Amino acid sequence: MKKTYKIEVDCANCANKMEDAARRTHGVKNAVVNFMTLKMNVEFDEGQDPKAVMQEVRKNCKRVEDDCEIYL
Amino acid sequence: MSKKQKKMLVRIITAAVILIALYFIPVTGILRFALYLIPYFIIGYDILLKAAKGIKNRQIFDENFLMAIATIGAIALAVYDQSGDYTEAIAVMLFYQVGEWFQSYAVGKSRRNISDLMDIRPDYANIERDGKLEKVDPDEVEIGSVIVVQPGEKVPIDGVVMEGLSSLNTSALTGESLPRDVKDGDEVISGCINMTGVLKIRTTKEFGESTVSKILDLVENASSRKSKSEDFISKFAQIYTPAVCIAALALAILPPLVRMIVLGLTAQWHVWIYRALTFLVISCPCALVISIPLSFFAGIGGASKAGVLVKGSNYLETLSQTKIVVFDKTGTLTQGVFEVNGIHHNELENEKLVEYAALAESASSHPISKSLQRAYGKPLDRSRVTDIQEISGNGVIAKVDGVEVAAGNDKLMNRLGISYIPCHSVGTIIHMAIRGQYAGHIVISDVIKPRAQEAIHALKEAGVKKTVMLTGDTRKVADQVAKTLGLDEVYSELLPAGKVEKVETLLKQKPEKEKLAFVGDGINDAPVLSRADIGIAMGAMGSDAAIEAADVVLMDDDPMKISKAIRISRKCLRIVYQNIVFAIGIKLICLALGAFGIANMWVAIFADVGVMILAVLNAIRALFVKNL
Repeated sequence: MKKTYKIEVDCANCANKMEDAARRTHGVKNAVVNFMTLKMNVEFDEGQDPKAVMQEVRKNCKRVEDDCEIYL
Repeated sequence: MSKKQKKMLVRIITAAVILIALYFIPVTGILRFALYLIPYFIIGYDILLKAAKGIKNRQIFDENFLMAIATIGAIALAVYDQSGDYTEAIAVMLFYQVGEWFQSYAVGKSRRNISDLMDIRPDYANIERDGKLEKVDPDEVEIGSVIVVQPGEKVPIDGVVMEGLSSLNTSALTGESLPRDVKDGDEVISGCINMTGVLKIRTTKEFGESTVSKILDLVENASSRKSKSEDFISKFAQIYTPAVCIAALALAILPPLVRMIVLGLTAQWHVWIYRALTFLVISCPCALVISIPLSFFAGIGGASKAGVLVKGSNYLETLSQTKIVVFDKTGTLTQGVFEVNGIHHNELENEKLVEYAALAESASSHPISKSLQRAYGKPLDRSRVTDIQEISGNGVIAKVDGVEVAAGNDKLMNRLGISYIPCHSVGTIIHMAIRGQYAGHIVISDVIKPRAQEAIHALKEAGVKKTVMLTGDTRKVADQVAKTLGLDEVYSELLPAGKVEKVETLLKQKPEKEKLAFVGDGINDAPVLSRADIGIAMGAMGSDAAIEAADVVLMDDDPMKISKAIRISRKCLRIVYQNIVFAIGIKLICLALGAFGIANMWVAIFADVGVMILAVLNAIRALFVKNL
């Protein structure tokens, strides 16, 4: 399953870091952060609950880039 | 300007004013130090906080950390040297923030610019209820509803005109400024702007499935597919920052140790630490990390403005390396509309012959019979036709007004034992026999698009080495079209599977770096579109299959757009490479100068902020594609 979320982040490098953090989250198959359109596309592993996974993604992103936000 | 940007601007100005004021206040010692800390904290508190949090979260090597270390180090040196020169450290922070502010402003601005370009999203649909117009969300309109589009409004959903006459402006979709006239019965596509008359439209799709939604979705997600250059930059940044930090550390420690131990000189710790700090300021990879995606984003935005939809940065990159263009003939180079091009050896008047042919073929839905009907030009009275006998692969025998008419190819004539005159023209030949007597033949052929020849020429000028045409049509037709247009190679009489094979052979023959593009009209060539390095579908307005199968979608069917798309991609990639070389080059030079002590903090600030601003401005150039 794929979902798109709106994000808020200030710099392109930070967006790359968020992408990395999201990818490393358990339950995420793939994630792409688009800095230009401020969107995050997340592909979830089979049988995962997107809501629960996204909470984790958000936590992990906040850890690498304090100033970011994901609108769930 | 967003709230954040305004706040930042206030901080920048305040800090700058205080810094200038302090320059004229002659204080010394601890008071001077305390006073200078005020602008430092005003401008840099968030950076220091972020750096601290970064250390806590084990994300050490980011630019906040670099800036914090560099400025704190510079202040510490000033205290140690008792020079009282704190300006440099504060200026570094100040300019760094100016750069960040500019970057965020420029990115926001181009983000808005590009979304304005793609401002085709309709906000509402008008539905007539009890004689009154009501505005509703286009999402809520069901298939088959009747919507009203007034002059000046956008067509919100795909559909068919039920009532009204008008001209539609399709420029937002196709980049084509010529308006399109529509009347009842015509299909209309969402995203066009209604210009003159009120239209009543019966919707044929849901909003989410309509052309405008598909296009918006495609463009918005386009830059998510990353190009090799972008991947290279993210990998580069990951290695580069830690590498520079280690180099800086080495620069601060090793030379003084060598001086002390090996050469027996004074260590000059502060000189080397200063150089190491300069190193850190230069090292920030922002210019690269921001300008590359921005260039692609602007390039994709500019292309969509010209009616060329590119599905991702990676495709823009591949497109720029295209050296071989393979065309499907029908619908790409030719209009795919058959026309009666000649009538030879007939015994009757031309009109009469076409009338007989059209009537005899009236039961068939074959494109040939359609073109006969068009050539006849009048409505067909089917009651005049009786005893229709269709002989598959041969033609038709029927009675028109009681007269026996045979229309078909040479096989039909042979079958009926009628001697015929073979034709030298290129196209589909329909021999006619009336009452068993040969009555001449009609030549029907596909028409080459008006700008096809020009388009092939433009491709050559854009650096394409080889143009190839594939077609299922007969050899005679194919060779003639290829000759007229000046194509390099032509392969005819191919079945759809044969086209895939041919493309595969061509892919094997070419060098790895030269990319092959396949151009089709998106109708039954989806397998070839996906097999080629890059698939270009043209005339895609309203064709979902084409939009899905292709990597690049040309909104109208003008073949000139192919070379334009290649030029746009070349310009964009040129800007990308300029930025990579420029940013890395300047940084390396400044790093070298910094290591030898020639470049001071001020040069370092230029290498960081100045380079980034120039790179961002250069990236925005990719948006302008009008004169390509």
